[in-house]
Amino acid sequence: MTAMLWLLFAVPGAVGGSLALGGRRTGRVAPAVALVTAAVVSGLAVAVAVGRPAVTVAFVAGGTFGIAVDGLAAPVVVAVAAVALLVLTFAVGDVHDGRARFAGLMLLFVAAVLLTATAATLPALLLGWEIMGATSYALIAFRWRDGERVAAGTTAFLTTRLGDLGLYLAAGAALTAGPGLSLDRLAELSAPWRHVVAAGVLAAAFGKAAQLPFSFWLSKAMLGPSPVSALLHSAAMVAMGGYLLLRLHPLLAATGWAATTAAWTGALTAVVLGVVAIGQSDLKQLLAASTAAQLGFVILGAATTGVAGGTAHLIGHAATKALLFLAAGAWLTALGTRQMEALRGAGRRYRLVGATFAVGAVGLAGVPPLALWATKDEVLAAARQQSLSLYIVALLGAVLSAGYAGKALGLLLRPLPAGRDSGYDTEEQGTRRVNRWQEAPLVALAAGAAGLELLALPPVGDAFARLTGTPGGPAPTTSEMVLSGALAAVVLVAAVVLAPRLPEPAWARGWLGLATAADRAVVRPVLGLARMVARFDDEVLDRVVTSLAPAGRRTATALAHFDDDVLDRAGTSLARIGRRTAAGVARFDDADVDGIVTRVAAGVRRLGDSARRPQTGQLHQYYAQAVVALAAAVLLLILTR
Amino acid sequence: MLSLFVFAPAGAALVLLLWRGLPDRVVRWAWVGVSAAEIAAVAALWIRYTTDGGAGIAYEVNRAWIPGAGAGYHLGVDGLSLPLLALTTVVFCACAVYSLRHGERARQFAALFLALETTCLGLFSALDLIIFFVFFDLSIVGMYAVIAGWGHGAQAARSALKFFLYTFVGSLALLVGFIGLFLAAAPHTFDMVALTRQNPLAGSGATGALVLLAIAVGLAIKTPTFPFHTWLPPAHTDAPAAGSAVLAAVLLKMGAYGFVRIAMPMLPEQWRHYAIVAVVVGVLSALYGALAALGQTSFKRMIAYTSVNHMGYIVLAVGAAGMISGGDAPARAVAVTGAVTGAVTQMVSHGLLTGALFLLAGVLLDRGGTYEMGAYGGLAADTPRFATLTAVAAFGSLGLPAFSGFIAEFQIFTGSFATVPVGAGLALPGILITAALFLWALHRLFLGPSKHALSSAADAGGAEIAAIAPLLALSVLIGIFPRLLLDIIEPAARTVVELVAR
Repeated sequence: MTAMLWLLFAVPGAVGGSLALGGRRTGRVAPAVALVTAAVVSGLAVAVAVGRPAVTVAFVAGGTFGIAVDGLAAPVVVAVAAVALLVLTFAVGDVHDGRARFAGLMLLFVAAVLLTATAATLPALLLGWEIMGATSYALIAFRWRDGERVAAGTTAFLTTRLGDLGLYLAAGAALTAGPGLSLDRLAELSAPWRHVVAAGVLAAAFGKAAQLPFSFWLSKAMLGPSPVSALLHSAAMVAMGGYLLLRLHPLLAATGWAATTAAWTGALTAVVLGVVAIGQSDLKQLLAASTAAQLGFVILGAATTGVAGGTAHLIGHAATKALLFLAAGAWLTALGTRQMEALRGAGRRYRLVGATFAVGAVGLAGVPPLALWATKDEVLAAARQQSLSLYIVALLGAVLSAGYAGKALGLLLRPLPAGRDSGYDTEEQGTRRVNRWQEAPLVALAAGAAGLELLALPPVGDAFARLTGTPGGPAPTTSEMVLSGALAAVVLVAAVVLAPRLPEPAWARGWLGLATAADRAVVRPVLGLARMVARFDDEVLDRVVTSLAPAGRRTATALAHFDDDVLDRAGTSLARIGRRTAAGVARFDDADVDGIVTRVAAGVRRLGDSARRPQTGQLHQYYAQAVVALAAAVLLLILTR
Repeated sequence: MLSLFVFAPAGAALVLLLWRGLPDRVVRWAWVGVSAAEIAAVAALWIRYTTDGGAGIAYEVNRAWIPGAGAGYHLGVDGLSLPLLALTTVVFCACAVYSLRHGERARQFAALFLALETTCLGLFSALDLIIFFVFFDLSIVGMYAVIAGWGHGAQAARSALKFFLYTFVGSLALLVGFIGLFLAAAPHTFDMVALTRQNPLAGSGATGALVLLAIAVGLAIKTPTFPFHTWLPPAHTDAPAAGSAVLAAVLLKMGAYGFVRIAMPMLPEQWRHYAIVAVVVGVLSALYGALAALGQTSFKRMIAYTSVNHMGYIVLAVGAAGMISGGDAPARAVAVTGAVTGAVTQMVSHGLLTGALFLLAGVLLDRGGTYEMGAYGGLAADTPRFATLTAVAAFGSLGLPAFSGFIAEFQIFTGSFATVPVGAGLALPGILITAALFLWALHRLFLGPSKHALSSAADAGGAEIAAIAPLLALSVLIGIFPRLLLDIIEPAARTVVELVAR
């Protein structure tokens, strides 16, 4: 069984790696290979979900590589594998350029997500976590001719990696505290370190889950292909941010402040990004903002006692949002636009896409009896147990989700106006066709979006809570469920009716200017600093060193002058004095004293001459002298010891 | 056996130098053959070392050499040196394969590189300070000849001289330090094993501090760390690709290796006392190198500055290891052992990845005539193989998991955190800046609209791929199966930490 666990990511990792590196020759077979691999992965996912293997191997000093499928990982692994299979199926009919690279990167990404979901220790988690980020860069920048898409990928990777630094810190703190890097033991760490770990984990999770204030990267990421958004920005990467907190709920609970921070961040993101979503004019942007908002509920669940509800919401949202992104992608490919105004009536033009999109949108709104209605209510019940204000804010978030879902639905399902084609083909040349490869996954995902509420309703819900190992969360009361369902339905209908007239202010379309703020506050200063450092290095630091050489030469010249002007003269005058003295002495004595003094004087002059000789002005000779001097210094050291 | 392994390349160099009539093709292939044989030899050493228990010094040779001066011909291999010996053979072989297609005056070039290989192998297996010093200086002379003789650009001679003078001054400082150790030892000796055992400067006050200062400055120049790094960018910019690869991949490691081999074990008391200086210098180097790299427009200069960044992590780790004391909790000892292990892993990892990047920079210059990134753009369409290799190397170098760099940096950060949490935290943004600069470099060179006049004929050729891809593959191998390397390094790192903590 452990072999299956290894294969779960070794298979997509190896196949994906070979496809991505294999070049263009493999393009023809790549979609088929990817589908077969994804199917195998789905089989393996089901097998490990049932078998629950766990394995630990030595990895780095003090940190093992542990992977395990527990009750929490089991449903998530299956959901990720299933969505991946469906998205890759869609891509067969949707992505026609660079197919080998696309399939390869998607499989690599799936491998990284499955590793993240099954990681039981921090090194294993980081391994999956960061590869997920890197492959997301390559996938968002998939159509790399367009510099803007590449920049979007860069933004996504750098923003999420900024959060990832928290995981490195967390690992450092956990290693320092002692008990090791197992995820399930982080809650037991001693006081200062536990807080560092919690802070690091929160940063990493908020970054990946596009929570405030990191949300902006998800907006730019919409420049990636639609199947990428369907997998990365619904079921997998963004969701893993929420998943990490679901898994580390004990840690959040143990620190207290971390749980509160996470709960409020989740709730506020649900509200703020909900408002942002309503203000969008671009369908994919609306879906992206709603993803961040929906992940807010997952994180709210993770931070309160609603872990089972949060998990169910994560899975329900994965199916729902993948469906909506794929539908948006089908229209984008067929009609060449993402603008909802231009897409008015597109749901009627392509009826199957429209019908499945409607299922997804109604589900997203939280209308009974679809998935997100029940799962969200479970989270709301947990929030209410925590505090009333948290509940009210979260409920507002829920109402807003009905608003943005209704807006999209209202525009896309309106009757097709005459002369509609004028708004098409703004992003790319549309094909005016939706093929079977695209339609089949929509149906499957719609079934998921409609049926997954069972995970949050008794009796399946109780079993699910037991499975995830987190029973004990409060069940929502019937009145709560009726209230939220009714609210959602009313708001949905209102939004559908009002859809064309809903305001689209610039601040909402620009995601509150978060990207601009990050650019001004972080990116530009750092770039400016970098240029300054580079200049400093060339113009100051390097020049100091290179000026040492001329300075050395100048010192040498000065010494030579000193030698000529002072020492030599001193020598000469010494000689003169000597001679004079000698002459004076000679007056008293006729003996050889004069001769001796003269000889001393001559000797002094010779010394002066020879002292001038080394001052040749040639660097290499000074250098040799330096060596001699150094040797002399060493000799001195030896003698004086 | 070890002597043969060390001196075989020099012997081959001599043959190449003397045999004037040898055709270029034969010379190039002979060079590849000898360096491949060296890899095979190191593999044999590695396998026997692990099967013999994988700890302590093996393959020891100890003969009298200059007994009057206390210097012996003492060579040996342990968990610190074996990875670097392996790295040396692999990088030199990659350069040999790369040079199948590049470079003029092949005979002299091959001879010079083979001789250089001997100096590197000799240094990493030296167990005597004089041997260490001799190889240290010979490597400087050899690299000077490479840059001055085969460098490109008008500044090559000047850069070579700068490199020579700067690192040679460093080596003199090192020599003074070695002599200080020699004098303190009783009986006077240059033997590294004896000096390590003796800890000759324990309780010596200012003398010990001065000796450490001399050694540390000498090593810091070679490593190089901020602020002694300014010889590096010009040397790299003007050196030929293979020269840059060897300079960055192997020669820089001599400085870093010196810290774990000489400074820490022989001067433990002083090292602990001044470890905070190493921590500060390490953090500064990591951040300064990353920022300076981010500010570059030349691909090759950028990579040169990332070396300062990567070496900064090593200095941080060895500094953090010095912040330990005997009475510490076992968790901290485990952690700093990880930091030292990470430092040695980083030496190997940086060698593989930066070696590959410099060879790739050589391909870029060969095809496009400039290192300026602004002159390219959209290369991925025309030179997909080159783009893929560079992208893989860049992701490896920015510390992505599944590459060796992650194994190194993860251990350095988590291990250093135990003793210097603030220092580790401050150095951490370095990996974010590195990520940014590599992504922007990829963007400017390969992605976006096309701005160059290169055709698909400019793509990386067979020899180039054969030289670069194995370096990257080894990095991935270490990244996925780190135990292959760490099982060798960890016992030695533990010994270093024990020696420092005594």
